[in-house]
Amino acid sequence: MSTATTDAPAALPIPRTAVDSQPITLARAVKAEWIKWRSLRSTWTVLGAAVIGMLAVGLIVAYNTRHLTGNQDANDLSSSATLQGFFLGQLLIGALGVLFVSSEFSTGMIRSTFAAVPKRLPVLCAKLVVFFVVTAVAMTTITVITFVASQALIGHYRTGFSLSDPGVWRIVLGTSLYMVLVGVIGGMIGWMVRSTPGSLVSFFALLFVLPELLSLFASTGRHIAQFLPSQAGEAFAVAQPESPHLSPGAGVLVLCAWVVAGIVAAAFSLHRRDA
Amino acid sequence: MIKAEGLTKRYGEKLAVDGLTFTVKPGVITGFLGPNGAGKSTTMRMIMGLDCPTSGSVTVNGKPFAEHRRPLAEVGALLEARAVHTGRSARNHLLAMAATAGIGAERVDEVIGMVGLGDVAGRRAGGFSLGMGQRLGIASALLADPRTLILDEPVNGLDPDGVRWIRNLLKRLAGEGRTVFLSSHLMSEMALTADHIILVGKGKLLRDQSMAEFIAGASADVVTVRSPQAGRLADLLAGADVTVRNVAEQTLEVQGLTSDHIGVTAAGAGITLLELATHAASLEEAYMALTDESIDYRSSVDDTEVAA
Ligand SMILES: Nc1ncnc2c1ncn2[C@@H]1O[C@H](COP(=O)(O)OP(=O)(O)OP(=O)(O)O)[C@@H](O)[C@H]1O
Ligand SMILES: [Mg+2]
Repeated sequence: MSTATTDAPAALPIPRTAVDSQPITLARAVKAEWIKWRSLRSTWTVLGAAVIGMLAVGLIVAYNTRHLTGNQDANDLSSSATLQGFFLGQLLIGALGVLFVSSEFSTGMIRSTFAAVPKRLPVLCAKLVVFFVVTAVAMTTITVITFVASQALIGHYRTGFSLSDPGVWRIVLGTSLYMVLVGVIGGMIGWMVRSTPGSLVSFFALLFVLPELLSLFASTGRHIAQFLPSQAGEAFAVAQPESPHLSPGAGVLVLCAWVVAGIVAAAFSLHRRDA
Repeated sequence: MIKAEGLTKRYGEKLAVDGLTFTVKPGVITGFLGPNGAGKSTTMRMIMGLDCPTSGSVTVNGKPFAEHRRPLAEVGALLEARAVHTGRSARNHLLAMAATAGIGAERVDEVIGMVGLGDVAGRRAGGFSLGMGQRLGIASALLADPRTLILDEPVNGLDPDGVRWIRNLLKRLAGEGRTVFLSSHLMSEMALTADHIILVGKGKLLRDQSMAEFIAGASADVVTVRSPQAGRLADLLAGADVTVRNVAEQTLEVQGLTSDHIGVTAAGAGITLLELATHAASLEEAYMALTDESIDYRSSVDDTEVAA
C-alpha cells in the first residue's frame, strides 16, 4: 500500500559496519568478565579483606598457642590450627561469589551483559572461570603464606609443623580449595536467587544454619549433615574434624558434587527466564 | 529488519503485549508510539531476548536475536531501565562490552567522543545525571556500528542539543540502510524524527503506517458544535466513518462530517446551535484520540470526559 516504504529497503545494500567485530567465543566472554571484575573496587576490597583476615587470624592463633599449656584444644594445636581464618574467609569469598553475580541484577547491568552475549550460558561459564582463577590464585597464595608465617612464629617457641610434614599440603591446599568452591556455590545461588540480600541469606542458610538444624536431629541428622558443603569441606581442610566426618577424598567429591549441582541448576534457571 | 508475529507477553494477570504483528524495515526510522504502559519497553526487551514471549515470536535480520554470532554488530540497544553497574566507570563498562566482540579500546574511545562523554568517561557511572546515563547507553548501542538500532526513549533526559544530535544521527544511520526502531510516548518528537510509525495501546497494535499517511489521516477536519440538545444531535449525526465525542457539557467534536451537513441536520430536527466551528486536528490530537481508549495510567485531573 505505502509504496514509498516498501520499495526503498530492497534497493538498499545491507550496510557493512565500519567496526570489525568478532563472533562471541568463551575466551572473549572471559576477557569481558575479567574487565568487569578488575574495574570494581568492591571486588578487590572483599578479596583483600579475606586475604588479610586469613593472615591475621593465623598469626593470632600462632601467637596464642606458642607455649604448650596442656589444657589447649587439640584443634588449636593441629596442623590446620593456624588456618582457622577460613571461617571468616569462607564468609567473604562466599559473599564475593554472590555479589559478582547478584550485583549485575541489582544494577541492571545484566541487560547490557545479555545484550552483548544473548546466549547467556557463556556468561555463566566466563564468570565461573574468572572467579575461580582469581580466587584460587589469591587464596592459595595467602593460605601458603599464612601457614609458613604462623608456623615460623610458633617455631621460635616450640616445634610446629612444616609443609613437608605428612598431610600438610592436603590441608593447606584443601583450605584454599574449600573457600574457592564455597565462593562458586555463592555465585550459583546468585544466578538462581538474583537479589543480593536473598542470595546472601540463602548462602548463609546452606552453609551455617542447615548444619545446625540437622544436628538437632541426633545421630541421623548429624549423619546427613556430613554431606553438607561446610562439613564436606572440613573433612579435607581440617586436620581433626568434629565427628562424624567423611574421609578427605570423599569430602572433596561431595563438595565437588555440590558445585556441579549448583552450576547445572544455575544454568537451567538462566535459560528462558526474563532478565 | 525486525519481524514480530503474534508477539504476546503476560505478566501474571497483566497482558502487557497482546498479539503484536509488525515489521520494522531497514532504511527508515520507525517510531514506536503509545501511552505509558502500552507495552513498548516490553516489546523491545522481547526483541532483545531479555524477556521471553508468552507466545508468538520475533526475529532480527531473519533470526532470533540470541542466535546471531555477532550480536553487538547486529543490534545496538538502549533500553529504558539503566543497564550499567553503578560502581564501574563509563569507559570500563564499554571496554567490557567491547571485549565480547573483540572490539578494541580505540573504538571505545571513539564512541565516548561521539556521545560527548570524554570528560567523565573515567568516573563511576553511578554518579551520572539522567542525560549522561542516556549518552552512555547510546554509546554502548553504537559500539559495534550495528545494522539495527533499538532505542527505548532515547531523548529522555537529553538537552536540546543532545536531542538534535541524536535525531540527525538516527537519520544518517537510517539513510545508510540500517534499521532504526525507537520508542517514545511523545507524538511531537516522533513527527520530527520518524518516517513510519507503529502505534500501540494496551499492548495492541493500533496503527502501522507511514508518517505521511498518519498525518493525512490526522489532519481531517474536526467540527466543534455547541448545542443545548447535544445528546439528541449526537444521535442524529452518528454513522459509519463518523466519530462524535462529547468533549464538554453541550459540546461535541465531530469528525467525518462537514459543518454544512451538521448545520442542515440540526435545522431539520429543530435543534438550536450555539456554536459551529471547523478546525484542523493537530497530530497530537489525532494521537490522543487514537490512544484515548487504551490509556492505562491517566492523570486524575482530566478536563475531557468522553461519553460515547
Ligand atoms: N517485569 C514486569 N513485571 C510485571 N509487569 C510488568 C513488567 N514489565 C512491564 N510490566 C507491565 O506491562 C505493561 C507494559 O509496560 P511497558 O514498560 O512495556 O510499557 P511502555 O509502553 O514501555 O510504557 P512507558 O511509556 O511508560 O515506558 C505495564 O502495565 C507494566 O506495568
Ligand atoms: Mg517504556
